[in-house]
Amino acid sequence: MKMLINVPETVVADALRGIAAAHPDLTVDVERRVIIRRGAPYEGKVGLVSGGGSGHEPLHGGFVGKGMLDAACPGEVFTSPVPDQMVRAAAAVDSGAGVLFIVKNYTGDVLNFDMAAELAEDEGVQVAKVLVNDDVAVMDSTFTAGRRGTGATLFVEKIAGALAEEGASLDQVAAVARRVNELSRSFGVALTAVSTPAKGGPTFDLPDGELELGVGIHGEPGRERRAMMTSGEIADASVEAVVDDLQPDGPLLVLVNGMGGTPLLELYGFAAEVHRVLGERKIPVARTLVGNYVTSLDMSGCSVSICQVDEELLRLWDAPVSTPGLRWGC
Amino acid sequence: MNALPADGPEIDAAFLRRWLDTAADVIEREAARLDDLDSPIGDADHGGNMRRGFIAARTAVGQEPPDTPGGVLVAVGRQLISTVGGASGPLYGTLLRRAGKELGDEPAVSAARLRDALKAGVDGVAQLGGAAVGDKTMLDALYPALDALSGALDAGASTADALSAAAAAADTGATATIPLRARKGRASYLGERSIDHQDPGATSAALLLNALSDTATGTAA
Repeated sequence: MKMLINVPETVVADALRGIAAAHPDLTVDVERRVIIRRGAPYEGKVGLVSGGGSGHEPLHGGFVGKGMLDAACPGEVFTSPVPDQMVRAAAAVDSGAGVLFIVKNYTGDVLNFDMAAELAEDEGVQVAKVLVNDDVAVMDSTFTAGRRGTGATLFVEKIAGALAEEGASLDQVAAVARRVNELSRSFGVALTAVSTPAKGGPTFDLPDGELELGVGIHGEPGRERRAMMTSGEIADASVEAVVDDLQPDGPLLVLVNGMGGTPLLELYGFAAEVHRVLGERKIPVARTLVGNYVTSLDMSGCSVSICQVDEELLRLWDAPVSTPGLRWGC
Repeated sequence: MNALPADGPEIDAAFLRRWLDTAADVIEREAARLDDLDSPIGDADHGGNMRRGFIAARTAVGQEPPDTPGGVLVAVGRQLISTVGGASGPLYGTLLRRAGKELGDEPAVSAARLRDALKAGVDGVAQLGGAAVGDKTMLDALYPALDALSGALDAGASTADALSAAAAAADTGATATIPLRARKGRASYLGERSIDHQDPGATSAALLLNALSDTATGTAA
Protein backbone atom coordinates (compact mmCIF):
# COMPACT_ATOMS: atom_id res chain seq x y z
CA MET A 1 0.00 0.00 0.00
CA LYS A 2 1.57 3.27 -1.11
CA MET A 3 0.94 6.28 1.12
CA LEU A 4 2.14 9.88 0.95
CA ILE A 5 3.72 9.84 4.38
CA ASN A 6 7.14 9.91 6.03
CA VAL A 7 6.67 7.44 8.86
CA PRO A 8 3.40 6.39 10.49
CA GLU A 9 4.42 7.89 13.85
CA THR A 10 4.52 11.48 12.56
CA VAL A 11 1.49 11.49 10.27
CA VAL A 12 -0.64 13.66 12.56
CA ALA A 13 2.14 16.09 13.46
CA ASP A 14 3.16 16.42 9.80
CA ALA A 15 -0.42 17.23 8.82
CA LEU A 16 -0.65 19.82 11.58
CA ARG A 17 2.46 21.55 10.25
CA GLY A 18 0.83 21.62 6.84
CA ILE A 19 -2.38 23.07 8.23
CA ALA A 20 -0.34 25.78 9.92
CA ALA A 21 1.46 26.54 6.68
CA ALA A 22 -1.73 26.69 4.60
CA HIS A 23 -4.06 28.52 6.97
CA PRO A 24 -2.71 31.67 8.61
CA ASP A 25 -6.16 32.24 10.15
CA LEU A 26 -5.44 29.32 12.46
CA THR A 27 -3.03 28.99 15.32
CA VAL A 28 -1.68 25.45 15.30
CA ASP A 29 -0.02 24.12 18.44
CA VAL A 30 1.76 21.15 16.89
CA GLU A 31 3.34 20.10 20.17
CA ARG A 32 0.10 20.00 22.14
CA ARG A 33 -2.09 19.14 19.16
CA VAL A 34 -4.64 21.89 19.24
CA ILE A 35 -5.90 23.96 16.30
CA ILE A 36 -7.23 27.33 17.42
CA ARG A 37 -9.04 30.11 15.63
CA ARG A 38 -6.70 33.09 15.42
CA GLY A 39 -7.71 35.86 17.82
CA ALA A 40 -9.47 33.51 20.27
CA PRO A 41 -10.85 34.00 22.82
CA TYR A 42 -13.42 36.40 21.43
CA GLU A 43 -14.94 38.69 24.06
CA GLY A 44 -18.32 37.46 25.26
CA LYS A 45 -18.43 34.55 22.82
CA VAL A 46 -19.03 30.95 23.85
CA GLY A 47 -16.11 28.81 22.72
CA LEU A 48 -16.82 25.74 20.62
CA VAL A 49 -14.36 22.87 20.94
CA SER A 50 -14.54 19.58 19.13
CA GLY A 51 -12.16 16.80 18.35
CA GLY A 52 -11.73 13.16 17.67
CA GLY A 53 -9.43 10.76 15.94
CA SER A 54 -7.50 12.00 12.93
CA GLY A 55 -8.29 10.54 9.53
CA HIS A 56 -11.69 12.23 9.15
CA GLU A 57 -10.46 15.49 7.64
CA PRO A 58 -11.64 18.15 7.17
CA LEU A 59 -13.48 17.17 10.38
CA HIS A 60 -12.60 18.77 12.86
CA GLY A 61 -9.57 21.02 12.31
CA GLY A 62 -10.91 22.05 8.92
CA PHE A 63 -13.99 23.48 10.61
CA VAL A 64 -12.16 25.90 12.89
CA GLY A 65 -12.84 29.51 12.01
CA LYS A 66 -15.44 32.24 11.94
CA GLY A 67 -18.95 30.90 12.40
CA MET A 68 -17.98 27.38 13.39
CA LEU A 69 -15.42 25.95 15.85
CA ASP A 70 -13.01 27.92 18.01
CA ALA A 71 -10.68 24.98 18.51
CA ALA A 72 -10.22 21.37 17.49
CA CYS A 73 -8.21 18.57 19.08
CA PRO A 74 -6.97 15.91 16.67
CA GLY A 75 -6.12 12.54 18.18
CA GLU A 76 -3.94 9.87 16.66
CA VAL A 77 -5.46 8.24 13.58
CA PHE A 78 -8.91 6.91 14.55
CA THR A 79 -8.00 7.35 18.23
CA SER A 80 -9.65 9.94 20.43
CA PRO A 81 -7.54 12.86 21.61
CA VAL A 82 -6.43 13.00 25.25
CA PRO A 83 -7.89 15.26 27.95
CA ASP A 84 -4.80 17.50 28.05
CA GLN A 85 -5.53 18.64 24.49
CA MET A 86 -9.13 19.52 25.28
CA VAL A 87 -8.20 21.34 28.49
CA ARG A 88 -5.63 23.35 26.57
CA ALA A 89 -8.21 24.11 23.87
CA ALA A 90 -10.85 25.13 26.41
CA ALA A 91 -8.42 27.46 28.18
CA ALA A 92 -7.39 29.01 24.86
CA VAL A 93 -10.92 29.81 23.67
CA ASP A 94 -12.77 30.64 26.89
CA SER A 95 -13.61 34.33 27.14
CA GLY A 96 -15.50 33.74 30.38
CA ALA A 97 -18.70 32.88 28.51
CA GLY A 98 -18.01 29.15 28.76
CA VAL A 99 -17.08 26.39 26.36
CA LEU A 100 -19.16 23.79 24.54
CA PHE A 101 -17.57 20.40 23.90
CA ILE A 102 -19.03 18.72 20.81
CA VAL A 103 -18.40 15.01 21.24
CA LYS A 104 -19.07 12.16 18.84
CA ASN A 105 -20.47 9.06 20.51
CA TYR A 106 -17.48 6.73 20.70
CA THR A 107 -16.33 5.29 24.00
CA GLY A 108 -12.90 6.88 23.80
CA ASP A 109 -14.14 10.32 22.80
CA VAL A 110 -16.78 10.31 25.50
CA LEU A 111 -14.39 9.22 28.27
CA ASN A 112 -11.64 11.65 27.34
CA PHE A 113 -13.98 14.62 26.93
CA ASP A 114 -15.67 13.75 30.25
CA MET A 115 -12.30 13.79 32.00
CA ALA A 116 -11.35 17.01 30.22
CA ALA A 117 -14.60 18.70 31.25
CA GLU A 118 -13.87 17.93 34.90
CA LEU A 119 -10.31 19.20 34.62
CA ALA A 120 -11.33 22.36 32.76
CA GLU A 121 -14.00 23.11 35.35
CA ASP A 122 -11.35 22.72 38.04
CA GLU A 123 -9.52 25.49 36.23
CA GLY A 124 -12.59 27.72 36.30
CA VAL A 125 -13.90 27.15 32.77
CA GLN A 126 -17.63 26.56 32.53
CA VAL A 127 -18.15 23.57 30.23
CA ALA A 128 -21.24 22.11 28.57
CA LYS A 129 -21.20 18.96 26.43
CA VAL A 130 -23.28 17.78 23.51
CA LEU A 131 -23.11 14.19 22.34
CA VAL A 132 -23.63 13.56 18.63
CA ASN A 133 -25.22 10.16 17.93
CA ASP A 134 -26.84 10.28 14.54
CA ASP A 135 -25.94 6.97 12.91
CA VAL A 136 -29.07 4.90 12.38
CA ALA A 137 -27.08 1.88 11.18
CA VAL A 138 -26.44 0.76 14.75
CA MET A 139 -29.56 -1.27 15.35
CA ASP A 140 -29.80 -2.54 18.91
CA SER A 141 -28.18 0.25 20.83
CA THR A 142 -29.00 -1.42 24.15
CA PHE A 143 -26.28 -3.93 23.36
CA THR A 144 -23.77 -1.50 21.91
CA ALA A 145 -22.09 1.68 23.03
CA GLY A 146 -25.04 3.46 21.38
CA ARG A 147 -25.40 5.11 18.01
CA ARG A 148 -22.19 6.47 16.53
CA GLY A 149 -21.59 10.13 15.90
CA THR A 150 -20.93 10.69 12.19
CA GLY A 151 -22.01 13.20 9.52
CA ALA A 152 -24.42 15.18 11.69
CA THR A 153 -21.40 16.47 13.57
CA LEU A 154 -20.99 18.96 10.72
CA PHE A 155 -24.59 20.20 11.14
CA VAL A 156 -24.10 20.58 14.88
CA GLU A 157 -20.78 22.41 14.56
CA LYS A 158 -22.07 24.76 11.85
CA ILE A 159 -25.39 25.70 13.43
CA ALA A 160 -24.16 25.94 17.03
CA GLY A 161 -21.15 27.88 15.73
CA ALA A 162 -23.42 30.39 14.01
CA LEU A 163 -25.46 30.92 17.17
CA ALA A 164 -22.32 31.35 19.27
CA GLU A 165 -21.08 33.90 16.76
CA GLU A 166 -24.21 35.97 17.48
CA GLY A 167 -23.31 36.11 21.17
CA ALA A 168 -25.78 33.57 22.53
CA SER A 169 -25.23 32.11 26.00
CA LEU A 170 -23.66 28.73 26.70
CA ASP A 171 -27.07 27.29 27.58
CA GLN A 172 -28.56 28.56 24.33
CA VAL A 173 -25.69 27.27 22.20
CA ALA A 174 -25.76 23.88 23.93
CA ALA A 175 -29.54 23.69 23.49
CA VAL A 176 -29.40 24.36 19.75
CA ALA A 177 -26.58 21.84 19.37
CA ARG A 178 -28.68 19.18 21.11
CA ARG A 179 -31.72 20.09 19.02
CA VAL A 180 -29.74 19.74 15.77
CA ASN A 181 -28.48 16.35 16.90
CA GLU A 182 -32.00 15.19 17.75
CA LEU A 183 -33.22 16.29 14.32
CA SER A 184 -30.37 14.61 12.41
CA ARG A 185 -29.76 11.10 11.12
CA SER A 186 -26.98 9.50 9.05
CA PHE A 187 -26.26 6.29 7.20
CA GLY A 188 -22.98 5.24 5.56
CA VAL A 189 -21.91 2.82 2.86
CA ALA A 190 -18.41 1.45 2.21
CA LEU A 191 -17.24 0.24 -1.18
CA THR A 192 -13.69 -0.51 -0.02
CA ALA A 193 -11.95 -1.02 3.29
CA VAL A 194 -9.99 1.74 4.98
CA SER A 195 -6.19 1.70 5.24
CA THR A 196 -4.51 3.20 8.30
CA PRO A 197 -0.89 4.40 8.14
CA ALA A 198 0.01 2.36 11.24
CA LYS A 199 -1.29 -0.83 9.70
CA GLY A 200 0.03 0.07 6.25
CA GLY A 201 -2.94 -1.55 4.57
CA PRO A 202 -6.66 -2.31 4.87
CA THR A 203 -7.97 -2.84 8.42
CA PHE A 204 -10.72 -5.19 7.25
CA ASP A 205 -11.66 -7.32 4.27
CA LEU A 206 -14.21 -6.08 1.81
CA PRO A 207 -14.02 -8.18 -1.33
CA ASP A 208 -14.47 -6.77 -4.82
CA GLY A 209 -18.09 -7.04 -5.77
CA GLU A 210 -19.39 -6.45 -2.26
CA LEU A 211 -20.29 -3.39 -0.25
CA GLU A 212 -20.97 -2.78 3.43
CA LEU A 213 -24.25 -1.10 4.29
CA GLY A 214 -24.33 0.94 7.47
CA VAL A 215 -20.61 1.41 7.81
CA GLY A 216 -19.14 3.78 10.41
CA ILE A 217 -16.42 6.34 9.87
CA HIS A 218 -13.71 3.92 10.96
CA GLY A 219 -15.00 1.22 8.68
CA GLU A 220 -16.95 -0.50 11.45
CA PRO A 221 -19.85 -2.37 9.93
CA GLY A 222 -23.43 -1.68 10.79
CA ARG A 223 -26.13 -3.66 9.06
CA GLU A 224 -25.11 -6.03 6.32
CA ARG A 225 -22.88 -6.93 3.45
CA ARG A 226 -24.36 -7.16 0.00
CA ALA A 227 -23.40 -7.62 -3.62
CA MET A 228 -22.38 -4.33 -5.23
CA MET A 229 -25.32 -2.04 -6.00
CA THR A 230 -25.87 0.91 -8.34
CA SER A 231 -25.72 4.49 -7.10
CA GLY A 232 -29.51 4.65 -7.33
CA GLU A 233 -29.97 1.48 -5.29
CA ILE A 234 -27.53 2.75 -2.64
CA ALA A 235 -29.47 6.02 -2.49
CA ASP A 236 -32.73 4.09 -2.06
CA ALA A 237 -31.28 2.11 0.85
CA SER A 238 -29.55 5.08 2.51
CA VAL A 239 -32.44 7.52 2.29
CA GLU A 240 -34.88 4.86 3.45
CA ALA A 241 -32.70 4.24 6.51
CA VAL A 242 -32.48 7.88 7.59
CA VAL A 243 -36.00 8.96 6.66
CA ASP A 244 -37.71 5.98 8.26
CA ASP A 245 -35.84 6.69 11.47
CA LEU A 246 -36.36 10.47 11.60
CA GLN A 247 -39.85 10.62 10.04
CA PRO A 248 -39.27 14.24 8.96
CA ASP A 249 -42.23 16.52 8.37
CA GLY A 250 -40.34 19.56 7.24
CA PRO A 251 -37.56 20.63 4.90
CA LEU A 252 -34.15 18.99 5.20
CA LEU A 253 -30.53 19.89 5.10
CA VAL A 254 -28.88 17.09 3.16
CA LEU A 255 -25.20 16.20 3.37
CA VAL A 256 -23.99 13.85 0.66
CA ASN A 257 -20.65 13.01 2.12
CA GLY A 258 -17.69 11.22 0.60
CA MET A 259 -15.60 8.90 2.75
CA GLY A 260 -12.34 10.09 1.20
CA GLY A 261 -11.77 7.69 -1.67
CA THR A 262 -14.75 8.42 -3.90
CA PRO A 263 -14.47 11.13 -6.58
CA LEU A 264 -16.80 14.12 -6.66
CA LEU A 265 -18.12 12.96 -10.04
CA GLU A 266 -19.57 9.92 -8.30
CA LEU A 267 -20.73 11.89 -5.27
CA TYR A 268 -22.66 14.36 -7.42
CA GLY A 269 -24.26 11.49 -9.31
CA PHE A 270 -25.19 10.00 -5.95
CA ALA A 271 -26.58 13.35 -4.78
CA ALA A 272 -28.89 13.35 -7.81
CA GLU A 273 -30.16 9.92 -6.77
CA VAL A 274 -30.67 11.08 -3.18
CA HIS A 275 -32.75 13.98 -4.48
CA ARG A 276 -34.75 11.61 -6.66
CA VAL A 277 -35.59 9.38 -3.68
CA LEU A 278 -36.52 12.32 -1.45
CA GLY A 279 -38.65 13.73 -4.31
CA GLU A 280 -40.46 10.42 -4.68
CA ARG A 281 -41.22 10.60 -0.96
CA LYS A 282 -42.30 14.24 -1.34
CA ILE A 283 -39.82 15.44 1.28
CA PRO A 284 -38.59 18.97 0.51
CA VAL A 285 -34.86 19.70 0.54
CA ALA A 286 -33.78 23.15 1.73
CA ARG A 287 -30.01 22.87 1.20
CA THR A 288 -27.66 20.22 -0.13
CA LEU A 289 -23.96 19.96 0.58
CA VAL A 290 -21.87 17.56 -1.51
CA GLY A 291 -18.25 16.70 -0.82
CA ASN A 292 -15.71 14.99 1.41
CA TYR A 293 -16.41 16.40 4.87
CA VAL A 294 -16.47 13.55 7.36
CA THR A 295 -14.05 11.11 5.83
CA SER A 296 -12.48 7.81 6.64
CA LEU A 297 -8.95 8.10 5.25
CA ASP A 298 -8.93 6.41 1.83
CA MET A 299 -12.20 4.52 2.12
CA SER A 300 -14.43 4.56 -0.95
CA GLY A 301 -18.04 5.11 -0.20
CA CYS A 302 -20.45 7.73 0.97
CA SER A 303 -22.88 8.66 3.65
CA VAL A 304 -26.12 10.55 3.71
CA SER A 305 -26.97 12.83 6.60
CA ILE A 306 -30.22 14.72 6.97
CA CYS A 307 -31.32 17.37 9.41
CA GLN A 308 -34.86 18.61 9.63
CA VAL A 309 -34.77 22.40 9.81
CA ASP A 310 -37.11 25.21 10.71
CA GLU A 311 -36.56 28.87 9.80
CA GLU A 312 -34.24 29.46 12.74
CA LEU A 313 -31.99 26.48 12.01
CA LEU A 314 -31.93 27.30 8.30
CA ARG A 315 -30.96 30.91 9.05
CA LEU A 316 -28.09 29.67 11.24
CA TRP A 317 -27.04 27.18 8.57
CA ASP A 318 -26.92 29.98 5.99
CA ALA A 319 -24.97 32.33 8.28
CA PRO A 320 -21.46 33.22 7.09
CA VAL A 321 -18.74 30.69 7.77
CA SER A 322 -15.04 30.90 7.03
CA THR A 323 -13.03 27.78 7.73
CA PRO A 324 -10.61 25.69 5.65
CA GLY A 325 -13.27 23.06 5.00
CA LEU A 326 -16.48 25.07 4.85
CA ARG A 327 -16.81 28.60 3.60
CA TRP A 328 -19.70 30.75 2.43
CA GLY A 329 -21.18 34.20 2.87
CA CYS A 330 -17.86 35.74 3.88
CA MET B 1 16.41 -10.79 39.93
CA ASN B 2 14.99 -8.95 42.89
CA ALA B 3 12.37 -11.52 43.76
CA LEU B 4 10.29 -10.63 46.74
CA PRO B 5 11.63 -11.88 50.05
CA ALA B 6 9.82 -15.00 51.22
CA ASP B 7 9.24 -13.57 54.65
CA GLY B 8 6.89 -10.61 55.09
CA PRO B 9 6.74 -9.64 51.42
CA GLU B 10 6.25 -5.96 51.06
CA ILE B 11 5.52 -4.10 47.88
CA ASP B 12 7.41 -0.85 47.68
CA ALA B 13 8.02 1.82 45.08
CA ALA B 14 11.05 -0.01 43.66
CA PHE B 15 8.93 -3.11 43.13
CA LEU B 16 6.32 -1.19 41.15
CA ARG B 17 9.01 0.62 39.17
CA ARG B 18 10.35 -2.80 38.20
CA TRP B 19 6.80 -3.78 37.26
CA LEU B 20 6.57 -0.70 35.05
CA ASP B 21 9.82 -1.64 33.28
CA THR B 22 8.60 -5.18 32.77
CA ALA B 23 5.19 -4.02 31.62
CA ALA B 24 6.66 -1.50 29.18
CA ASP B 25 8.92 -4.23 27.75
CA VAL B 26 6.11 -6.71 27.32
CA ILE B 27 3.79 -4.13 25.75
CA GLU B 28 6.60 -3.22 23.35
CA ARG B 29 7.09 -6.90 22.48
CA GLU B 30 3.39 -7.63 22.10
CA ALA B 31 2.22 -4.36 20.50
CA ALA B 32 1.93 -5.87 17.04
CA ARG B 33 -0.08 -8.82 18.37
CA LEU B 34 -2.43 -6.44 20.20
CA ASP B 35 -2.87 -4.46 16.97
CA ASP B 36 -3.64 -7.68 15.13
CA LEU B 37 -6.22 -8.69 17.74
CA ASP B 38 -7.72 -5.20 17.44
CA SER B 39 -7.81 -5.33 13.65
CA PRO B 40 -10.94 -7.44 13.06
CA ILE B 41 -13.01 -5.91 15.86
CA GLY B 42 -11.55 -2.45 16.44
CA ASP B 43 -9.25 -0.29 14.42
CA ALA B 44 -5.92 -2.02 14.78
CA ASP B 45 -4.28 0.47 17.11
CA HIS B 46 -4.58 -0.89 20.65
CA GLY B 47 -0.97 -2.07 20.73
CA GLY B 48 0.41 1.14 19.28
CA ASN B 49 -1.60 3.23 21.69
CA MET B 50 -0.54 1.21 24.73
CA ARG B 51 3.09 1.30 23.61
CA ARG B 52 2.96 5.09 23.35
CA GLY B 53 1.50 5.29 26.86
CA PHE B 54 3.96 2.96 28.54
CA ILE B 55 6.96 4.59 26.89
CA ALA B 56 5.75 7.94 28.28
CA ALA B 57 5.06 6.42 31.69
CA ARG B 58 8.51 4.81 31.90
CA THR B 59 10.16 8.08 30.92
CA ALA B 60 8.15 10.15 33.41
CA VAL B 61 8.70 7.75 36.29
CA GLY B 62 12.39 7.45 35.39
CA GLN B 63 12.85 11.21 35.47
CA GLU B 64 11.07 11.74 38.76
CA PRO B 65 10.83 8.40 40.53
CA PRO B 66 8.02 8.45 43.12
CA ASP B 67 9.09 6.99 46.46
CA THR B 68 5.84 5.24 47.34
CA PRO B 69 4.00 2.43 45.54
CA GLY B 70 0.90 4.60 45.42
CA GLY B 71 2.94 7.37 43.86
CA VAL B 72 4.21 5.09 41.10
CA LEU B 73 0.71 3.91 40.20
CA VAL B 74 -0.69 7.46 40.19
CA ALA B 75 2.17 8.66 37.99
CA VAL B 76 1.73 5.83 35.49
CA GLY B 77 -2.03 6.36 35.43
CA ARG B 78 -1.65 10.05 34.80
CA GLN B 79 0.75 9.42 31.89
CA LEU B 80 -1.60 6.89 30.32
CA ILE B 81 -4.50 9.36 30.48
CA SER B 82 -2.29 12.05 28.93
CA THR B 83 -0.84 10.01 26.09
CA VAL B 84 -2.85 6.93 25.12
CA GLY B 85 -6.15 8.35 23.87
CA GLY B 86 -9.03 6.16 22.80
CA ALA B 87 -10.86 4.29 25.53
CA SER B 88 -7.77 2.50 26.86
CA GLY B 89 -6.16 5.71 28.09
CA PRO B 90 -8.91 6.81 30.48
CA LEU B 91 -9.72 3.23 31.50
CA TYR B 92 -6.20 2.04 32.33
CA GLY B 93 -5.37 5.50 33.64
CA THR B 94 -8.32 5.41 35.99
CA LEU B 95 -7.46 1.88 37.14
CA LEU B 96 -3.93 2.82 38.13
CA ARG B 97 -4.67 6.27 39.51
CA ARG B 98 -7.53 4.98 41.63
CA ALA B 99 -5.42 2.08 42.90
CA GLY B 100 -2.52 4.41 43.64
CA LYS B 101 -4.70 6.85 45.55
CA GLU B 102 -6.10 3.94 47.53
CA LEU B 103 -2.55 3.05 48.63
CA GLY B 104 -1.96 6.58 49.83
CA ASP B 105 1.57 7.53 50.80
CA GLU B 106 2.63 4.40 52.66
CA PRO B 107 6.24 3.52 51.83
CA ALA B 108 5.43 -0.18 51.42
CA VAL B 109 2.26 -2.25 51.39
CA SER B 110 1.24 -5.87 51.76
CA ALA B 111 -0.12 -7.95 48.91
CA ALA B 112 -3.54 -7.78 50.52
CA ARG B 113 -3.41 -3.98 50.45
CA LEU B 114 -2.36 -4.08 46.81
CA ARG B 115 -5.28 -6.40 46.08
CA ASP B 116 -7.74 -4.01 47.75
CA ALA B 117 -6.28 -1.09 45.84
CA LEU B 118 -6.50 -2.94 42.54
CA LYS B 119 -10.08 -3.86 43.36
CA ALA B 120 -10.89 -0.18 43.84
CA GLY B 121 -9.17 0.61 40.53
CA VAL B 122 -10.99 -2.11 38.61
CA ASP B 123 -14.32 -1.03 40.11
CA GLY B 124 -13.46 2.47 38.87
CA VAL B 125 -12.96 1.06 35.37
CA ALA B 126 -16.30 -0.74 35.48
CA GLN B 127 -18.03 2.42 36.59
CA LEU B 128 -16.35 4.67 34.03
CA GLY B 129 -16.91 2.33 31.10
CA GLY B 130 -20.32 1.16 32.25
CA ALA B 131 -19.27 -2.40 31.48
CA ALA B 132 -19.59 -5.68 33.35
CA VAL B 133 -17.99 -9.10 33.12
CA GLY B 134 -19.19 -10.80 29.93
CA ASP B 135 -19.28 -7.64 27.83
CA LYS B 136 -16.00 -8.64 26.11
CA THR B 137 -13.75 -5.99 27.65
CA MET B 138 -10.66 -5.78 29.85
CA LEU B 139 -12.91 -6.53 32.83
CA ASP B 140 -13.17 -10.12 31.63
CA ALA B 141 -9.49 -10.52 32.53
CA LEU B 142 -9.37 -8.16 35.50
CA TYR B 143 -12.20 -9.47 37.68
CA PRO B 144 -11.19 -13.15 37.43
CA ALA B 145 -7.64 -12.07 38.28
CA LEU B 146 -8.84 -10.23 41.38
CA ASP B 147 -10.86 -13.27 42.43
CA ALA B 148 -7.86 -15.55 42.01
CA LEU B 149 -5.62 -13.12 43.86
CA SER B 150 -8.04 -12.93 46.77
CA GLY B 151 -8.55 -16.67 46.88
CA ALA B 152 -4.82 -17.36 46.93
CA LEU B 153 -4.05 -14.75 49.57
CA ASP B 154 -6.91 -15.96 51.76
CA ALA B 155 -5.53 -19.50 51.44
CA GLY B 156 -2.19 -18.26 52.71
CA ALA B 157 -0.25 -18.24 49.44
CA SER B 158 2.91 -16.16 49.12
CA THR B 159 2.67 -12.84 47.29
CA ALA B 160 4.51 -14.30 44.31
CA ASP B 161 2.24 -17.34 44.14
CA ALA B 162 -0.89 -15.24 44.58
CA LEU B 163 0.14 -12.84 41.79
CA SER B 164 0.99 -15.79 39.62
CA ALA B 165 -2.52 -17.22 40.18
CA ALA B 166 -3.95 -13.81 39.28
CA ALA B 167 -1.96 -13.70 36.05
CA ALA B 168 -3.08 -17.20 35.09
CA ALA B 169 -6.70 -16.29 35.77
CA ALA B 170 -6.32 -13.17 33.63
CA ASP B 171 -4.95 -15.26 30.77
CA THR B 172 -7.88 -17.63 31.06
CA GLY B 173 -10.29 -14.70 31.22
CA ALA B 174 -8.78 -13.11 28.11
CA THR B 175 -9.10 -16.37 26.18
CA ALA B 176 -12.66 -16.75 27.42
CA THR B 177 -13.62 -13.52 25.60
CA ILE B 178 -13.27 -15.31 22.24
CA PRO B 179 -16.86 -16.64 22.04
CA LEU B 180 -18.41 -13.52 23.55
CA ARG B 181 -20.39 -10.87 21.72
CA ALA B 182 -19.02 -7.38 22.44
CA ARG B 183 -21.38 -4.99 24.15
CA LYS B 184 -19.08 -2.08 24.86
CA GLY B 185 -16.63 -0.04 22.85
CA ARG B 186 -15.91 -0.06 19.14
CA ALA B 187 -16.32 -3.83 18.83
CA SER B 188 -19.93 -3.58 19.98
CA TYR B 189 -20.88 -2.17 16.58
CA LEU B 190 -20.01 -5.50 14.99
CA GLY B 191 -22.72 -7.30 16.92
CA GLU B 192 -22.61 -11.01 16.13
CA ARG B 193 -19.51 -10.48 14.04
CA SER B 194 -17.49 -9.67 17.16
CA ILE B 195 -17.80 -13.33 18.14
CA ASP B 196 -14.76 -15.60 17.65
CA HIS B 197 -12.21 -12.86 18.29
CA GLN B 198 -10.19 -12.44 21.47
CA ASP B 199 -10.68 -9.03 23.06
CA PRO B 200 -7.52 -6.92 22.77
CA GLY B 201 -8.26 -5.02 26.01
CA ALA B 202 -8.61 -8.22 28.02
CA THR B 203 -5.37 -9.38 26.42
CA SER B 204 -3.41 -6.28 27.38
CA ALA B 205 -4.84 -6.51 30.92
CA ALA B 206 -3.53 -10.07 31.14
CA LEU B 207 -0.11 -8.91 29.89
CA LEU B 208 0.08 -6.25 32.61
CA LEU B 209 -0.87 -8.77 35.31
CA ASN B 210 1.69 -11.25 33.99
CA ALA B 211 4.27 -8.47 34.26
CA LEU B 212 3.26 -8.04 37.91
CA SER B 213 3.61 -11.75 38.54
CA ASP B 214 6.97 -11.89 36.75
CA THR B 215 8.19 -8.97 38.84
CA ALA B 216 7.26 -10.79 42.04
CA THR B 217 8.94 -14.04 41.05
CA GLY B 218 11.95 -12.29 39.63
CA THR B 219 11.44 -13.97 36.26
CA ALA B 220 10.98 -10.74 34.38
CA ALA B 221 12.99 -10.68 31.19
